[in-house]
Amino acid sequence: MPLIWHDTGTGVDIPVSAVYHYNAMDAPAPATPSRTATLTLASPLPLLKTETFEGPLDLLLHLIRINQVDISDIPIAEITAQYLACIAMMEALDLTIAGEYLVVAATLIEIKSRLLLPAPPAPDMETPEDPRAELVARLREYERYRSAVETLRAWEDLRRQLYFRGTFESVDDYILPVAPGQVGPEALCAALRSVLQKAGVDPAPVTTVIPRRRLNLRLKMVELLHRLRQAGTAGLLFDQLFQLPCPRYDIVLTFLALLELIRLGRARAEQDALDATIQVYPVSPQGASEVVP
Amino acid sequence: MSDPAPLLPDELVAALECLLFVSGEPVPLTELSRATGRDSETIACALHVLRSRLEERGSGLQLLHIAGGWQLSTRPEHAEAIGRLLTRDSHKLSRAALETLAIIAYRQPITAPEIEAVRGVSVSGVLRTLLDRRLIQEAGRKETVGRPVLYRTTPDFLHYFGLSDLSQLPPLGDETPAEPVPAEAVTDGRVPDGEACTGLQEDTTGQIG
Repeated sequence: MPLIWHDTGTGVDIPVSAVYHYNAMDAPAPATPSRTATLTLASPLPLLKTETFEGPLDLLLHLIRINQVDISDIPIAEITAQYLACIAMMEALDLTIAGEYLVVAATLIEIKSRLLLPAPPAPDMETPEDPRAELVARLREYERYRSAVETLRAWEDLRRQLYFRGTFESVDDYILPVAPGQVGPEALCAALRSVLQKAGVDPAPVTTVIPRRRLNLRLKMVELLHRLRQAGTAGLLFDQLFQLPCPRYDIVLTFLALLELIRLGRARAEQDALDATIQVYPVSPQGASEVVP
Repeated sequence: MSDPAPLLPDELVAALECLLFVSGEPVPLTELSRATGRDSETIACALHVLRSRLEERGSGLQLLHIAGGWQLSTRPEHAEAIGRLLTRDSHKLSRAALETLAIIAYRQPITAPEIEAVRGVSVSGVLRTLLDRRLIQEAGRKETVGRPVLYRTTPDFLHYFGLSDLSQLPPLGDETPAEPVPAEAVTDGRVPDGEACTGLQEDTTGQIG
């Protein structure tokens, strides 16, 4: 059982995961704004650690239980204050607070604020939706599995009272009866792993290196320019620029290189008519005339 | 092997005892039938006789219908003595592992995000543990965005909790914690009087004569 503190100030029991004395904890309860809570112990106890919570929903359910409130009618203000107090305490104890706790904290605060706000002027709905509904549904769902956990735990204990003969010591001595379809890939994988382990072979993870081709626009531009100059005044057909078949990125790169050369004034593209073939010519660095290398 | 000669009833019971003794895991009825050359109904009867005889003579062993097969186990009242001889090297499951396992057991096949939606916390580490202990296994992928992996429980899961099959899980949300695997819950239709052979109930303990 988690340790419970009785807060004499508010008369509220607060679960803690360790004994800790703290103060200056702002509980955002509207009844007592900016209240400073100081929790003291009825009797001095040594520092001890008790059961921790299995997540925010677990903590919430615990708060609901110790406050003996109905899960479908949660006093949000009070529960939120206590929930935040617990988180503050965990923080003070340097326990790492998982982000999930903060998500639920934010949810609680959101619900609280929505409860405080006046309901929007009646839309065409019969009854305004309870802002708590979604959280309550989640808590109920979670609670159902928690009761199943108790059963499993009990069975686990009982089952551990029973012992079975181990499997065959040496698989080499027997041909084990295996009906078709009885062994799945997981079982085969597990068997292989155990054999490898016995043989002292470490099943290293399969690794492979996928070489990445370096794309280089500059090199492509040099190559293209060279080809254009070789072609000379005749130039090259647009289609001839692409040495097909080649990977798609090669096509893209060639096209980019062409655009870049045109932008820099090192190449010129001409087209006689719409839909006619495009002819590409080299241009001298001066841009004055076509160069014949 | 050629056809085995038909066994007399007592011999059949003894033969089954042998088969279960040498087997390291639950043996399905069909396998027992194949090994003895007798039909399943006869085997089921003989198993029932074997179970009663073990009880009557105050044997330290009992016959269980567990994880879809039949297997001999020690009786729970001798656990202490065995525990002094053998040391278990497996730890009990954590709360987080049990919670996750319960959700998978009831909602299988289920994806990790769906489990997380129920528990409110990340479950990747817990799933790793459960996979390593072979209590769950992958069951393909869900055809939704991202094609997340589906998980389901294994026969080892049934064995770990002493169940014959998944139907023995208590109805979800039942407030009353289930009695330790109620024998009556095992309805193996082939056992003549419907008496179950799951041995986790405590009513039958203390019959050592």
